[in-house]
This record gives sequence, C-alpha cells and structure tokens, in this order.
Amino acid sequence: MPHLRVMLIWAATALVLATPLIAAALSPLLEWRQPVYIVAGFAGVVGMALLLIQPLLILGLLPGLNPLQERRIHRWTGAALVLSVILHVAGLWLTSPPDVIDALLFTSPTPFTPWGVIAMWALFATAILAFARRRLRLRWRTWRIAHTALALVIVTGSVVHAVLITGTMETLSKITLCTLAIALTLRVTFDPSTLKRLRRAR
Amino acid sequence: MPSPFLNRRTLLVTGSAALATGATGLITPAMAQELAPTATMRGGANNYRPGAPIVERIGGGGFWMSGTVRRAGDGTPLKGQRIQIWAHTTEGHERDWHSHGATLTDANGEFRLEMPQIVPAFGQPHGHLAYDSEDYETVFLRPVMSSASNTSLEAHFVLKPA
Repeated sequence: MPHLRVMLIWAATALVLATPLIAAALSPLLEWRQPVYIVAGFAGVVGMALLLIQPLLILGLLPGLNPLQERRIHRWTGAALVLSVILHVAGLWLTSPPDVIDALLFTSPTPFTPWGVIAMWALFATAILAFARRRLRLRWRTWRIAHTALALVIVTGSVVHAVLITGTMETLSKITLCTLAIALTLRVTFDPSTLKRLRRAR
Repeated sequence: MPSPFLNRRTLLVTGSAALATGATGLITPAMAQELAPTATMRGGANNYRPGAPIVERIGGGGFWMSGTVRRAGDGTPLKGQRIQIWAHTTEGHERDWHSHGATLTDANGEFRLEMPQIVPAFGQPHGHLAYDSEDYETVFLRPVMSSASNTSLEAHFVLKPA
C-alpha cells in the first residue's frame, strides 16, 4: 500500500476516535460534575470509541497489521471494553446509587437506560464466551454466529443508548462515531466470504 | 307557515350538531368532580432527603420551579402544603444537602421556589419534587425539561387524602 494512503487511513481513524473524546473533554457540563461522575461519563465515551475499533480490525481495514496481530488487538480491545463498561457503571453508582439500581432493574424513567444495560449484559456474555470458547470446544460456526449476534446487540444497544442521552458527548462527533460503528458492524455481519464459509461449515 | 325557529332545516342542523358533539364524546361533562390523583413518577424519589428545610430560595437562585397542589376529586387548591424540591444544578449534585429545599403553597394552592440552574445529569435535565407530609398520600415527581437551556420548570400535584 502506498505510504501516503496508509498515513491517511490511520489519520482518519485517529480523527474519528479522538474527536468525540476531545469534544467531551470540552463539554460545559463537566464544570458542574464531581471527578467520579466525570470519569464515569468518560469511560462510556471511551467504550463507544472502542466499539468502532473492533470491526475495523476484523475487516482488516487498518493498514500494516497482519491477521494474527489484528485478532490479538481485537481481544485486548474487547477486554478494554469490558473494563470501560465496569468503570462507567461503578462511577455512576458512586454518583447516584438509586439511579443505577433503577437502571439494573429496568425500572429507570429514562428511555436510553435499558438499551445500555442490555448492551452491557451482551458484552459480558461475549467476554465469557470468548474465555470459555476452547473449554466448551465450540465449533467455529457456532462461535462465529454467537459472537456476531452478541456484537450486533452490543453495538445497537450502545448506539441507541448514546444517541438518546443529553450528556457530555458533542452531537456531530457522536453521530459520526455511532454511524460508522453500525455500518462496519453490519459489514462484518454480512461479509460475503464469511457467509459462504458459514454455509459450507454446516 | 313554519316557525322561524323550528323548521326542518334547523332541526336537521341542530340535531346532527348535537349528535356530532354528544355522541362522539367531543364534549364531555366537567371532570372536576373526578380529578384523579397524581401518580408517583419512576425514579421520582431518587436521592430524596426527607425533611429538607423551608427556604427562601435554594443556593444562589436564577431558576424557577413552580406548580400547583390540588385535592383529588373536587380539585380544590390546597393551601400551606409543603413541597420539597431537589435537582442536579450548577451548584451541586442531587445527593448534596445544599441541593435540597422546601416551600409552602399559597392560598391558591400555588408554589414557586427559586433555585440554581438545573443542568443535565444522568442523561436528562430534570428536577425532583416530593409531597411527603401526613394529610395526603406521598407523591414523588420527576419532571424533565424540554430543553437544557430552560430557566424554569413546572410540576403539578393532585393529592389523595391519606
């Protein structure tokens, strides 16, 4: 790949990932929030950015990485995603325990909350499945279908969650990030060569 | 000679008009007799601190929380009822004691308390109000602002005798 093109792809990726974080760091709402609440909110924004990295790696769209490296980074990014969600929920719990209890019990007054909670459980299920994959001797086809289905739930849930929130994320960078995450996740899900392999592996 | 007030035309017009309004339910009898009590909203009681003191205003002010308190059934305005108010504002989180205050309704059952500007927290710009005294059943409200830049918010209580 030509040098310039490689640089442009990495620059564009860095821009899409960094802009929401920088914009959120400049949010006027931060002035009226205590550190724990700020960290909790940021953990959520970082999680949204990590969601976009996952399909980029699987589609091999980031230049200069071989498939082994891509899968290794995908695993570490997945672990970071779990950590960011735990920080998000724990930080919100410290800020306002009754609101988080409502969220976890699906009795929250806010429409975006159940989307986030469902995405969280799908994420935890994915992590457990990834760890247990070998022990369970999952066939590639079973694993691929389960992981992709869970990924769709995670990305859809997180995107609806984020879009409906009036929070620290700036609208344009949030919508851009969310649109790309949905588009790339659908691209992975309906990748023609993978679908062909799934049909053969029956 | 037909009467100028009751002929076939007026009969048809008034008759169908009465049917259109009465039979379709477009006009309903006055509902004041059956005014239903306000239900507690989801999440309304979150971060409630019972017994917030009656104050002139909460913190530095600049934002107005107002509303009415009426009795269920006949809708009589209720005077001297204590309404507790709290929110995430420019001066503190919902859990902070200084974010809480209370006020009393006037002779018209209206209340109005100045407080710091409400800012979005937990995804929505919203306030909390409580009626939690002996005479009527407890009600917690959680109104949401249509825009985070609004500088006032209203909430209305219809209380059921305890």
